[in-house]
Amino acid sequence: MFAFILRRALQAVLVMLVIGLIGFSIQSNIGDPIRPLVGERVTPEERAEMAEKLGLNDPFLVQYGRFIKNAAQGDLGISFIYKKPCTEVILKHAPATLELVFGAALIIVFVSLPLGIYTALKPRTILSKCIMGFSTLGVSIPVFLTGIMLIYIFAVTLGWLPSYGRGETVDLFGNGYWNSGMLTIDGIKHLILPCLSLASIMLPLYIRLIRSEMMEVLETEYIKYSWAKGLSPMRIWLVHAFKNTLLPVITVFGLQIGIMFAFTILTETVFQWQGMGFMFLEAVQRADIALLNAYLVVVATVFVMVNTLVDIFYGLINPTVRITGTK
Amino acid sequence: MKQSLRKFKESYFLYSFKRDKVAMASFVALVFFLLLALTAPLISPMNPYDANNIDIMNSEIPPAWNDMGMDEFPLGTDNMGRDMLSTMLYGLRTSIIIGLGAVSLQATIGILMGLSAGYLGGRMDALLMRIADIQFSFPYLMVAILISAIFQLTFGIGRYEELAVPLLIVIIGFAEWPMYARTIRASVMGEKRKEYVEAAKVIGLSRPVIMIRHVLPNSLTSLLVISTIQVANAVMSEAALSFLGLGMPTTKPSLGSLIRSGFDYIFSGSWWITIFPGILLILFVLVINLLGDWLRDVLNPKLYKG
Repeated sequence: MFAFILRRALQAVLVMLVIGLIGFSIQSNIGDPIRPLVGERVTPEERAEMAEKLGLNDPFLVQYGRFIKNAAQGDLGISFIYKKPCTEVILKHAPATLELVFGAALIIVFVSLPLGIYTALKPRTILSKCIMGFSTLGVSIPVFLTGIMLIYIFAVTLGWLPSYGRGETVDLFGNGYWNSGMLTIDGIKHLILPCLSLASIMLPLYIRLIRSEMMEVLETEYIKYSWAKGLSPMRIWLVHAFKNTLLPVITVFGLQIGIMFAFTILTETVFQWQGMGFMFLEAVQRADIALLNAYLVVVATVFVMVNTLVDIFYGLINPTVRITGTK
Repeated sequence: MKQSLRKFKESYFLYSFKRDKVAMASFVALVFFLLLALTAPLISPMNPYDANNIDIMNSEIPPAWNDMGMDEFPLGTDNMGRDMLSTMLYGLRTSIIIGLGAVSLQATIGILMGLSAGYLGGRMDALLMRIADIQFSFPYLMVAILISAIFQLTFGIGRYEELAVPLLIVIIGFAEWPMYARTIRASVMGEKRKEYVEAAKVIGLSRPVIMIRHVLPNSLTSLLVISTIQVANAVMSEAALSFLGLGMPTTKPSLGSLIRSGFDYIFSGSWWITIFPGILLILFVLVINLLGDWLRDVLNPKLYKG
């Protein structure tokens, strides 16, 4: 077990170094590290002096080493647009994205569970067929189109809900980092449409997953035994069958939550949501290399950490995982 | 030839196709869309790429059945004064070219990697599959968005837009190859212990020949199934990238960039610029997905991501 953890951790470090290398080569080849510091109006001599001072003439490996060292300490350079350290800019944008993902996850859980269970229990009713048909259609609709249609229906035509921005936010810890939109009515109104459209990509998949898992469980021996024992249908379905459906569903949910982060970039663009994805696209459009790089490094770090933890956790539960990785 | 045709006529494949109305309808629709895309320059009322045809005074005309509409533009015009119908046909063509191109690239990389990993085994296998695993742990859309952002900054926006089609093919191709590599590897691992491979070895065929002529054809079924789904995915990815402004430029729009350019006008009530290309995109992807579902059920390979 110890060897397994060590191997996974080593692999994570290796991946991070490679990502750092990609980030570093972007920064040193496309970006001009002097521009964000001094602006455009500087003589070539002053620039050369600056480059020497910043160590831009050092060998590649020395510079790379310095980049990694700084990144490990949370220093990812200074954003050209915001004129602030990138780490700070990203931290300030992260809560908006997290709230969006959280809201969407809530919708997914509360909609897909009842629908999935229902379609598993009564697969032949018309309602079930409608739900399954809708889920096939749902997979084929890109998330930004769902967003646009929601805006057109609920914001432009009906005028019920706001179409962009976060609305009124509350500074949660009083230090300016976490501005929450979940505590005001206005903020929650602004959350509804973006969360719905973000939830729409995953919803069909979960309905199908829960349905097929549940149907499989319903065929097992212990459920037949419960029927024979004369338990009430509700108790069999909700207590005995449902419990065993949950485990694989939770696993997939944990793994797929990362995919939602990728889709937040689209949702945030549609709804002008001031989160990390919106910030990233702004950085691309205005050629803010440092911020783009910081986003790449931060997102990759989060993914690598989550994946490594999940793998190690799995190794603890399921010993076969530890063996297949060896060879 | 004649014999194989008769064999096809009697096959279970054709039999189940004829019995499944959804599969038949989606197949007909897919062929229709492909024909539309193929003949777009011939059948569309105007050439939206030619600036001489475009009159800015014609911008934002609603569809013909609307009071303000003009018969000349059956589905209205977009914000630049281009006929929506023609622009959509050209857009569909671009989306399909990129989708098919990207999937061919994915398949090529994936098959090469998967075959060598599965057949050679050992260190090669471990290395290639580790790389695939690592890339797999990042969502493919995220990878595609990051690569295209980096490309756009490296090439500069002007140059990027000129080269958009090949670049998008490369971006989407590289973002999704692990799927193929894994499928092929799994299938090859199953095939390579079978007797016909042993026999091929005994008569002295070389490894590449066995891999390509004998093992690969037996893995084609699972390839076919994921290919349909991957084409739908690639078309969706392209639309997403174009919507973010990282794909096709609005002067040569794909369906995604058409939706993007229409989105700015939806608040002023010009819904048709967004909704029509949106519906076309949904229908196209839906049709491929339905066919893919049917193929999976008929061919029933055990390896499907679920």
